[in-house]
Amino acid sequence: MRLEYPPNIKIILVPCTAKVDIIHILRSFEKGADGVYIVGCLEGSCQFINGNIRARKRVEQAQTLLDKIGVNGERVQMYNLSAGEGTLFAKFAVEMDEKIRELGPNPVKLAKKKIDLMKQNELNCELN
Amino acid sequence: MIVADKKPIEEIIDEIKRHTKILILGCNECVTVCESGGKKEVEILASALRMYFTNNQQEMLIDEHTLERQCDHEYLEEIRDRIDQYDAVLSLACGVGVQFMAEKYHATPVYPGVNTCFLGATEQRGLWTERCQACGKCILASTGGICPVSRCAKRILNGPCGGSTNGKCELSKDLDCAWQLIIDRLKALGRLDDYETVYPIKDWSTDRAGGPRKVIREDVQV
Amino acid sequence: MNVKTPSKLEKILASGQLAVTSECGPPRGSDPETITKKAELIKDYVDAINITDNQTSVTRMCSLAACIRLKLMGLEPILQMVTRDRNRLALQSDILGAASFDIHNMLCLSGDHQSFGDCAQGQNVHDLDSMQLIQTVRHMRDEGKFLGGDDIKRPPQMFVGAAANPFADPFEIRVPRLAKKIASGVEFIQTQCIYNLDRFEEWMKLVRDRGLHEKVHILAGVTPFKSAGMARYMKNRVPGMDVPDDVVKRMADTPKEKQADEGINICVESIQRLKEVEGVHGFHVMAIEWEEKVPGIVERAGLYPRPEV
Repeated sequence: MRLEYPPNIKIILVPCTAKVDIIHILRSFEKGADGVYIVGCLEGSCQFINGNIRARKRVEQAQTLLDKIGVNGERVQMYNLSAGEGTLFAKFAVEMDEKIRELGPNPVKLAKKKIDLMKQNELNCELN
Repeated sequence: MIVADKKPIEEIIDEIKRHTKILILGCNECVTVCESGGKKEVEILASALRMYFTNNQQEMLIDEHTLERQCDHEYLEEIRDRIDQYDAVLSLACGVGVQFMAEKYHATPVYPGVNTCFLGATEQRGLWTERCQACGKCILASTGGICPVSRCAKRILNGPCGGSTNGKCELSKDLDCAWQLIIDRLKALGRLDDYETVYPIKDWSTDRAGGPRKVIREDVQV
Repeated sequence: MNVKTPSKLEKILASGQLAVTSECGPPRGSDPETITKKAELIKDYVDAINITDNQTSVTRMCSLAACIRLKLMGLEPILQMVTRDRNRLALQSDILGAASFDIHNMLCLSGDHQSFGDCAQGQNVHDLDSMQLIQTVRHMRDEGKFLGGDDIKRPPQMFVGAAANPFADPFEIRVPRLAKKIASGVEFIQTQCIYNLDRFEEWMKLVRDRGLHEKVHILAGVTPFKSAGMARYMKNRVPGMDVPDDVVKRMADTPKEKQADEGINICVESIQRLKEVEGVHGFHVMAIEWEEKVPGIVERAGLYPRPEV
């Protein structure tokens, strides 16, 4: 189909969305991701019965937690599609890209940069 | 097991924000089973707290570790050589673990990361319910194996009270009346006649009323 | 006539006459007139007056003080005591306090859960349950001893009562539960409000089958409906209450301005029918915040004048 989707999206393959835990989502943000979305099979058609439903619940938990620590929970989303829906996959990617651009960069990433810069300045002062 | 629930992260932040080096200490026993204070919860909490403090431009070292148990000397000893690296410990163990930790390492503040709730069972994943209040004098033999002390809101020993409706407690339609359960069980056991035995006034001195309790077993002491 | 206490209620019941009791809820404040005025309305039409003990777990003037108010008026109070708020130490001490004012009747209850009231975040006690409270007061009276074993100087002389709900669940233990209360030492019973007379009669038959009606005085509880709304509320919202559909319909079919009268009619008719039930030794008329209607009900039910004993 050769569909295009934003190049800034890094795809991590997992055997089932149930494999994705809250900690994976959080670590992505700790490491500087601006947004994370999980694309699972359609609800009701999970090969492992309810893997995608578990994933959705974890996404919801991560959203709540992120809201509480000042990282907008909207940065995490859950999408569902069937394996044959390539156009939908691309559509979700565009939608997510737009949503995250609207929200701006991950504040933790910015804060970390600022701290590093301050540390660098302190170090420079000492050296001078 | 001892069932605990997660403390709101805001509350935890409020407790630990005055420090700069924190060890989050999980426990591999009950709180792991009830998914509130095991290795996994330690990881999630540590990651979230790191992001929070970074976000707020506050320098904070947050390390993670999970012990086999926090209610035993030998396991708590495992962190003796590194405890001094931290200003405080955030323990995700039950109240027992938190206190044992505090007793052992006097000079290090320890904060509870969970609310210890009750002695209970996993009815299904994500649903834990109370079964025992550790009153120190078990009466289950006469109540068909169902405990009115922990499962009746009024701990009535000769129940049910007038509030029992359709097998449910007056407190909530989602709560079974313990005495209905007892009666059903006695019936199933063919022992409904036992219901008519009046349960005498209970000695609560082995309950919390008698002060902090001890079990001394000289036969196993060395 | 075999009586164990100076209680007027006991004397009337022992004489074989139908007793009539009613109840007053103490005020949410310290004005004694609230209670004395209510008592004044009904005093000539009842033999004894229950004073509730922080009913529905809402903080009120204490039952004991309100009972003393009645005693000072020369009336016969029934001290209600719940096990929710006091341990055995406080219960025994309050029983002695009541006895010091020659209060001779007590009703032993467990009490509604505190979460229904204004102290939902408070602890409850439940050191004893209602049956164990019955045992306690009987022990204090009959043995002249405290639970701890020491002698009581001038033991209390309480006629001991409890509540029974013939309609609560599970039905199969309704009669065994009464038997347990009797085994604990209860001497009179005030029942939950009766609207389903058929079911009550069925219960009474089971009570008679076991001969329990000869071991305890059962006072049938009645409460007049003020309105069709109240009938529906009692039916749907009050735990352990059995209000049959035809009773609700009878209230609902009555024009609004006549509903109060109809409620009283139902109440009087119920008493008249229940008077014929073997084992019913009296009536407990609970006119909730409607005390002024008690005299009329008692009179129309043929229970007036009250006997002198």
